[in-house]
Amino acid sequence: MEPQTRKAAENQSLGGGILAFIGRVLLAVAIPLISFYVLYLGFLFLRDSNAPREVIVLVAIIWGVGGVGLLYWVFNWLVEKLPNPWKGKLIPFVFVGPAMAILAWYLAIPTLRTFYISLFDRNGPPDGLNFFQQLASEAFVGFGNYKEVFTQDLMLEAFRNNVMWIIFGSTFSVIFGLLIAVLADRSSFEKIAKSLIFLPMAISFVGASIIWNFIYEYRPEGQTQIGLLNSIVTGLGGKPQAWPQWVDIAPWNNLFLIVIVVWLQAGFAMVLFSAALKGIPEELMEAGRIDGANEFQIFFGIMLPYIRGTLISVWTTVVIFTLKIFDVVWVMTGGQFGTHVIATQFYRQSFTNRNSGFGSAIAIVLLLAVIPVMIYNLKQFREQEAFS
Amino acid sequence: MSGQKRQKRVGKLLVDLTLLLLIVIWTVPTLGIFISSFRNRDKIDTSGWWNVFPHREWQPVSELDPKALGLNPDGVMDIEGVSGTFEEFRAGVESPDGKRITWVGNKRIGKIEIQEQVWMVDWDFSLDNYRQVLGGQEFEFKRPDGSVEVVPGDNMVNAFLNSLAVAIPSTVIPILIAAFGAYAFAWMKFPGRRAMFIVVVALLVVPLQIALVPILRDYKTLNLNGTYLAIWLAHTGFGLALATYLLYNYISGLPRDILESAFIDGASHFTVFTTLVLPLSVPALASFAIFQFLWVWNDYLVALIFLGGNPEFELVTQRMAAIVGSRGQDWHLLTAGAFVSMVLPLIVFFSLQRFFVRGLLAGSVKG
Repeated sequence: MEPQTRKAAENQSLGGGILAFIGRVLLAVAIPLISFYVLYLGFLFLRDSNAPREVIVLVAIIWGVGGVGLLYWVFNWLVEKLPNPWKGKLIPFVFVGPAMAILAWYLAIPTLRTFYISLFDRNGPPDGLNFFQQLASEAFVGFGNYKEVFTQDLMLEAFRNNVMWIIFGSTFSVIFGLLIAVLADRSSFEKIAKSLIFLPMAISFVGASIIWNFIYEYRPEGQTQIGLLNSIVTGLGGKPQAWPQWVDIAPWNNLFLIVIVVWLQAGFAMVLFSAALKGIPEELMEAGRIDGANEFQIFFGIMLPYIRGTLISVWTTVVIFTLKIFDVVWVMTGGQFGTHVIATQFYRQSFTNRNSGFGSAIAIVLLLAVIPVMIYNLKQFREQEAFS
Repeated sequence: MSGQKRQKRVGKLLVDLTLLLLIVIWTVPTLGIFISSFRNRDKIDTSGWWNVFPHREWQPVSELDPKALGLNPDGVMDIEGVSGTFEEFRAGVESPDGKRITWVGNKRIGKIEIQEQVWMVDWDFSLDNYRQVLGGQEFEFKRPDGSVEVVPGDNMVNAFLNSLAVAIPSTVIPILIAAFGAYAFAWMKFPGRRAMFIVVVALLVVPLQIALVPILRDYKTLNLNGTYLAIWLAHTGFGLALATYLLYNYISGLPRDILESAFIDGASHFTVFTTLVLPLSVPALASFAIFQFLWVWNDYLVALIFLGGNPEFELVTQRMAAIVGSRGQDWHLLTAGAFVSMVLPLIVFFSLQRFFVRGLLAGSVKG
């Protein structure tokens, strides 16, 4: 490789190369560690002080944000003091090291650790043993947890529900997003329409759950219904229901939860579609019209093919999103009434049942599900060739 | 020609009406919560929030004493020109002139009400719900009959401050770290650069669930659970891949000659970064900041796991979920609380919508 030969020429010796390498690693590790330790000390101090809450909050914010900034400055200053070849080699790692170290600690390495934990029983790998002893211990169950994951009734229910979430959630988000984008483009109140449809994006899942719980609010027959849906249903002569808890129609009661995510995500889809639609050259549409195509033919024949790329990326984003859905289900039903999904099962197994082996296996299944998207992203990145 | 014009106008009207319908459907859920949060606790419990809009309701206009009329409730009765049994009058019988005659009470000591439909608006708004949900002290609730009930407040102010203390650093720290990283990827040459960036791209879609169990173990070892630092770092870790990727896309597109002339003048990378790149990248920084802020403010799962044990550190989302769990029927608290939790995201959203949309476009169309 070219950089290696150049590096060797600059260094003139292997020893220098190794030292520079060690220096880089040390720096990448040291910045986060020291910042971490300083922040940690500050927090012990803050936790033990009985200053008013407002003061603690303010000090914490300044301490955290200022601390991180200061550390970059200090390390840069230290490295700039070094002699020249060292300086040039180490500076990039002052910049990129902390980001990579944190990504490694919080995402990359946990993938391996979670996989390792998933091979053990509920307490995970026993402490105090070395790697080989752990594998030989009774706690090691191999792929036993995965077998459970794919056979347990509650898990199968969760997979079924998640498939419903993915199919209905993504399809309706995309359809409504596209419909609204097309309509808004031709309407006389585009801006305000888009703002209002987009607004739920700013609302938390917990907030959205409360909002929709209020729509679904159930009172026994004969009482005044204060929930909008039951009020309409009884007004039309129907029977009131506690919609998401309506077990008789399971699994279709999941749709009452999926509606919430469509409500939240359609705005996201709309914004992206709207931008893509505006990118269609007007001549193309005019040409279609002159050829006598009606609006539907223009939509399916010109617009849809033109925004295909956006369609795919919006669709994958919503699919990943619904795959990981947790808050809505957890707050609305807690997974009861046949509404468990993979992420609620993960939470229940890992933190309620404290079965970390089983929970980790579920997390790995989630990871496997997104791997095709990951490969697609990497392929796209390679094709862009922007990175030389 | 005029036929075509008319067809166009009808088409436009159809578009506007369909869109209007969709807007109404999308807005009504939030509107219901918003209106209810200002309504009296008893009113929320006994009537739908849509009663604040003008509607027709039966109201008593006069009363009759059944004994004075000499009516026998056990048989068929004639009142005001309509006849019916006791059960029928209990439910209300409508007379041909648009009145309704209703027997109120039981057979022995009841009365007869003559009711008419009148236009009503149910406007009895107050800030009591907000006072109760925000305050930490006891709150006196006056019932319509004059009795007073003392209920504890929900101390949302405290949760609000906690959420701020979590959300602001959890937004700024990852942006700072990601901006340094993105700058290095864009403008520095170093071994492993391409490999590291591939790692960043690969980590974009990794679900954070994968990290929760191992990180919780680390936090236990480090005695970090339940501190601000724990959750800041967690949000930093989970947001960093996207932040680095988005900021790289922006920073690598900055004009080369501006940066190069600074280097020729002898500026160091650090100086160029802080005085040139950061100010030039404000649009990208802002759009990611909005994302991360909304995501952290609205997050429930990460807070539940890393702050779960300590009620003093409870965030707004946790507070709300706790009220849903324990007092899911207390709609006066839930509606007001939900709005308190939404105020800040909505302000951020409406004031910075432009940046938000730009961020969405940069992130998802490319990704």
